[in-house]
Amino acid sequence: MTAIADLGIAFGRVAFVMLFILNMGGLLTWVERKQSAIMQDRIGANRASIFGFRLLGLFHPLADAIKMLTKEDFMPARADRFLFQLAPFVSVFFGLVAFAAIPFGDTLRLAGREIPLQAVTLDVGVLYVFAMLSLSIYGVMMAGWASGSNFAILGGQRAAALMISAEIAIGASIMGVIMWYGSLSLQTIVRGQGDLLLGWIPAWGILVQPLGFLLFVTAGIAATRRIPFDTPESESEIIGYFVEYSGMKFGMFAMADFLETVVIAGLTTTLFLGGWQVPWLYAEGFRFPWGAELALPHLLVVLLQVGAFTVKVSLMIFVMMLVRWTLPRFRYDQAMRLGWLGLFPLSVLNIVLTGAVLLLVGGPA
Amino acid sequence: MEHVTILMAFAFAAVVAGAMLVVPSLIAPRRLTPVKAQPFESGKDPIEITQGRLAVKFSTVAIFFILIDIELLFIWPWAMLYRKLGWFGFAEMLVFLGILMLGFLYIWQKGGLEWE
Amino acid sequence: MATAAFVLIAAVAVGSALGLVVRRNPIHGALFLVVNLGSIAALFLTLGAEFLAAAQVIVYAGAIMVLFVFAIMVLIPGREETGPDPQRPTRLLALPVGAVLLVLLVALVAGGGAPRAAGGPPAGGVEAVGRLLFTDYLFPFELTSVLLLAAMVGVLLLARRRA
Repeated sequence: MTAIADLGIAFGRVAFVMLFILNMGGLLTWVERKQSAIMQDRIGANRASIFGFRLLGLFHPLADAIKMLTKEDFMPARADRFLFQLAPFVSVFFGLVAFAAIPFGDTLRLAGREIPLQAVTLDVGVLYVFAMLSLSIYGVMMAGWASGSNFAILGGQRAAALMISAEIAIGASIMGVIMWYGSLSLQTIVRGQGDLLLGWIPAWGILVQPLGFLLFVTAGIAATRRIPFDTPESESEIIGYFVEYSGMKFGMFAMADFLETVVIAGLTTTLFLGGWQVPWLYAEGFRFPWGAELALPHLLVVLLQVGAFTVKVSLMIFVMMLVRWTLPRFRYDQAMRLGWLGLFPLSVLNIVLTGAVLLLVGGPA
Repeated sequence: MEHVTILMAFAFAAVVAGAMLVVPSLIAPRRLTPVKAQPFESGKDPIEITQGRLAVKFSTVAIFFILIDIELLFIWPWAMLYRKLGWFGFAEMLVFLGILMLGFLYIWQKGGLEWE
Repeated sequence: MATAAFVLIAAVAVGSALGLVVRRNPIHGALFLVVNLGSIAALFLTLGAEFLAAAQVIVYAGAIMVLFVFAIMVLIPGREETGPDPQRPTRLLALPVGAVLLVLLVALVAGGGAPRAAGGPPAGGVEAVGRLLFTDYLFPFELTSVLLLAAMVGVLLLARRRA
C-alpha cells in the first residue's frame, strides 16, 4: 500500500514539473508577441476570441495549437523518413526532461511523509541538466540532415557548432557556484542560498558570483539559439534547420526553443537567484534581520516558496525576452568568437578568482 | 527506486512529444505534389545537394569541444570538493588549468578559433 | 525490481548495438551508438554510480558522438556508399578477435566477476571519485592535462595540413 502511495507521490512530483514547463512554454508564445508589441508600441496579439472575449489575446496559444494540428503535414521527397520524424521529437523530449531536476520548493511535510519538491533528486543534478541540454543538440543535427535540403544542412551545422560553443561556456561559468556552495545537487545549492551574508543579505548566487551570472546568462541565451544568437535560423537568409518542416512538426521546434528558454531561466533561478528561497523566510516563518518574527503555518511557507520560484522564473524569462527584442543578430563569426574567446576564458578566470577569494575570505562554510 | 522519477519524467516527455507527432498525422490533410516535395531553395529549382563540403573548421571546433568537455568533467568534482581541498586543491587546479590554457592560448594565437 | 531494470536496460543496449552493426546508413548507425552509450549510462545509474553515468552521457553521447555525426552529416540521405567494401578481407579479422573476447568474457564470469574493492560502498559517487582523483591519483590527473594539451596541438596541426 505504501509502495503504491510512494509511486503516486513520485508521479505527482513529475507531473507538476512537467505541467509547469509545458504551461510556461505555451504561455511564452503569447508573452513573446505581447511583450514585443508593448516594447514596440503596438497593440499586439488581441484577435483570437471566444464568444467575444479577447482576454488580452490569451486565446492565441490555443488558436496556434489548433492551427498547427490541422495544417498539412508534409515531408520533402529527399527526406530520410524516420529521422525527419524523430528530430522534432528529440528536440521537445530533451527540453522537457532537462527541467525535471530543478527544485521548485523545499520539503513538504504531509501526513507524516517528507516529500522533496523536486522531481529528479539526483546528487549530480547540475550534471543531469547539463547532460540533457547537451543531448538536445541531436534534434537540430538530425533535422538539418534528414531534410535533404541545402539550407537545412547549413542551419543544422551552424546550430550544432553554436550549441557546443555555448555548452562549453555554460559548463565553465557554473563552476564558481559549485565551488561556493560545495555541491553538485541543485537542492543543496538552493539551500545554501538561504544563508545570510553579514547577517542580513541573502547569499544568492548573483551576489557571490556576479561575473559567473553574466557569463551564464549570456551562454544560456546562446544555447537557446534565439536572437541575438539566431544565426542557425536567420529567417532572412537560410531559415534554418527546420526549413522543410510544416504544421505541428514545425511547431515542435518552435516549442523546443521556448522550453529551452524556460529551462535556462529555471537553471538561472536555481543557481543564481536563490531558487525557491524567499529572503528571511525559514521553515517556521519569517525571521527578519531587524529582530521581528512572524510565524507561519507549514503549508503557507511551502506555497510562498513555490510561488517565489514561479515569480523568479517568470522574471528571468522577461529579462531574456527583453534581450531578444532589443539586440540585433550577431554575425556568425561574432557569435562563435564571443563563445570561445570571450565567455570561456572569462569563465576560467572566474574559477581562479573564486578559488582565491574563497581561500582568502573563507566565505560562509 | 530513487531513480524511478527519471523514468517517469522520460515517459511523460515521450508521451507528450509522441502525441504531438501522432495527432497531426491522424487529422492533418496530406496533398503532396512533386513541386511541393522539392527542397526549398528560395524559389529556384535545387540543382544538387552539396556533398563532402563540410568546412574543416566545423569539425575542428567539435574536436576542441570534446577536449574542453573532458577538462570540465575533471573540474566538476574538484569544484564540489574545493572547500575541503583548500590551498592544496587550489595549487593543483592552477597547474591543471595552466597547462590547458597554454594549449588554448596556442590555438588562439595560431588562429585556430578564427572564422573568416 | 533491480533485475527487471537490468534486463530492460541490457535489452536496449544489446538491441542498439545490433542496430549499429546491421544498419547500412551511417547516420542511423551513429545514432544507435548514442542510444547504446545512453543505456550504459543507465546501467551505471542503477549501480549507484551517478557521476559515472553523467560523465558517460556528457562526454560520450553528448560530445564524442556529436563529432561523429558532424563528420557523417556531409553524406546525402538515401545515397549512402553501398558499393562493395574495398577492404573486405580485413573483415575476417573479426572472427579471431571476437573469439578472444568471448573467451575472456566467459573466463571472467566463470571466475566470479572482476575483483571487488575490499569494503566500502562502490566508488562511483562524485565525492568518492573526486577524493581519489585529487589525492591518490594526483599525478595521473595532472598528466591528463598534458595529454589534452597534446591533443589540442595535434588537432590544429592536422586541420592546417588539410586546409
